[in-house]
Amino acid sequence: MVGILEDKDRIFTNLYGFHDWGLEGAKQRGAWNATKDILSCGRDWIITNVKNSGLRGRGGAGFNTGLKWSFMPKTVGERPHYLVVNADESEPGTCKDREIMRHDPHLFIEGCLIASFAMQAHACYIYIRGEYVREREVMEAAVKQAYEAKLIGKNNIHGYDFDLYIHHGAGAYICGEETALLESLEGKKGQPRLKPPFPAGAGLYGCPTTVNNVESIAVVGTILRRGAEWFGSFGRPNNTGTKLMCVSGHVNKPCNVEEAMSIPLKQLLEEHCGGVRGGWGNLKAVIPGGSSVPMIPIEQCETALMDFDSLRDLKSGLGTAAVIVMDKSTDLIKAISRISYFYKHESCGQCTPCREGTGWMWRVMERMAAGTAEMKEIDMLLEVTTQVEGHTICALGDAAAWPIQGLFRHFRPEVEARIANYRAGKPHVQGASLMAAE
Amino acid sequence: MSVRRLAKVQPESFTFAPKTLETAHWWIAKYPAAKKQSAVIPILWLVQKQEGWVSEPAIRAVAELLGMPVIRVYEVATFYTMFMLEPVGSAALIQVCGTTPCALRGANDLIALCKEVIGPKDHLSADGLFTWQEVECLGACCNAPMDQINDYYYEDLTPDSLARIIQDFRAGQTPKPGSYTGRHSSEPAGGAQTLTDPTLYDGSRAKPLTTIPNAPQPEATA
Repeated sequence: MVGILEDKDRIFTNLYGFHDWGLEGAKQRGAWNATKDILSCGRDWIITNVKNSGLRGRGGAGFNTGLKWSFMPKTVGERPHYLVVNADESEPGTCKDREIMRHDPHLFIEGCLIASFAMQAHACYIYIRGEYVREREVMEAAVKQAYEAKLIGKNNIHGYDFDLYIHHGAGAYICGEETALLESLEGKKGQPRLKPPFPAGAGLYGCPTTVNNVESIAVVGTILRRGAEWFGSFGRPNNTGTKLMCVSGHVNKPCNVEEAMSIPLKQLLEEHCGGVRGGWGNLKAVIPGGSSVPMIPIEQCETALMDFDSLRDLKSGLGTAAVIVMDKSTDLIKAISRISYFYKHESCGQCTPCREGTGWMWRVMERMAAGTAEMKEIDMLLEVTTQVEGHTICALGDAAAWPIQGLFRHFRPEVEARIANYRAGKPHVQGASLMAAE
Repeated sequence: MSVRRLAKVQPESFTFAPKTLETAHWWIAKYPAAKKQSAVIPILWLVQKQEGWVSEPAIRAVAELLGMPVIRVYEVATFYTMFMLEPVGSAALIQVCGTTPCALRGANDLIALCKEVIGPKDHLSADGLFTWQEVECLGACCNAPMDQINDYYYEDLTPDSLARIIQDFRAGQTPKPGSYTGRHSSEPAGGAQTLTDPTLYDGSRAKPLTTIPNAPQPEATA
């Protein structure tokens, strides 16, 4: 056996798409089993059990999912409630929701019904990123199957009227931020809203709304079928459950895999991904949770566990559990500079520190990568990252600042050496070489 | 932010094809009657599927269809980077993912190939067949490096396989999307090591559950 988790405890049994994604195949694998019995246990029971399972939001922030649901108004007033599912998966390194949508869509649709029931929402929108055309086609087909089988829709067999709609974006990373996503769903530019009011008070169309990640919703049916204790038995306290992990970069076999939380990073890479290219000793650094979190060097990779608390203690984060592995051949400065370009490109332009800061940081990073920066600019750059971080409406500013801070926390001497070596061997005074020649 | 402007040369007019209009109304029906504006992104996308790109007259037509001020549709068309604001290659629009996870596995070689075979990025090639762009993370990082060509993902590419794909498009064919190293999806190369237990798929999971764990106990009848 590889890894920690046994096959019988995996939730996404068609992760790789070797089996039928359709309704019959999904039912065979346990989806839609006893859904009516689960709903008959009542709203409070569902929310309490999801809370007890310790499920933390799988979109990156890691907030307790059951607790988030409990923030919705207890009674439906004049305004309807909505569930919106965030399938705008665009964090560099992350490719897990894609597999859920194209290979296990029925688990996901079932989760939407249960979550909507728990929050008294009769309509749910799934916001899929525009680039995922194939995934959207599968989702539309699966929703159609579910309507035809009367699993969802008006007068369905579960006795709870529920409509599910697929929506799509058109290529904007920022729409993965929940309020930007709502703006986009309302047909506007995806620029995040100020909070408060929080979406649970005034979200989509001004109505109470909860926004959840695809994976958080898709695991709910199985958790309730098998029990909160079952899900809570994996991982460490406060970091429970199973998690889809996406490993990319310099490993021999990049892959998606569902593993128990708190699996040691080294075990994940060695057993599931065929090890680091050129052996463990060839490892340089790992970005453990998608491009937004700071990298950790090889020494920390030895002991790091893939969970929220362990990586937070290393001043990084679990994020979406998208592990980007970089071996010794990697130009780390260039790699981070490319990430800086990503944030510059994806800034929505609403807040000045982010709009101007991301471009500025990228330009300086490019010069650092080339070696043409000044030594004193390193501290200036770090100073600017702290000026951007925390001074914007959404977390994109933070996400742009952290990878740079992570680079300098662990690899500052490397940047200094590049700058010094660029200067060395080059004339310091303009025209010096001409004078020497004379 | 990326700066995006409408093309200098614009067509005279735009008309919805009957099929496009029908699908547009299908989208509009998904949202509450007073919130038609929600359909603007899907409808602009339909327009792009019909015409290949989004023109200024098309923006006006969409605004009229949805009862929106033109400037609001213009904002959306220029904000979202998937909307092409000028004509693109008739054979293929090649979008190479250049973000770090793909770059670590050789996306820069794909970019160099596109430059060599097609020409400068973001411009229609001389023969009008191709446009290529460097785009940001497309979310298929376990299958890096990869491209999105027209609508679908071409994964696990090398300069050789991409060159063949471009050749096929040039010849008027549509090469099969997916992995080009023989992987089924994002399982590890050489075959999945997990999800091999046959009892997951024998139907034992579909048997009716006798109890739901932690289910509330029915109140004892007095």
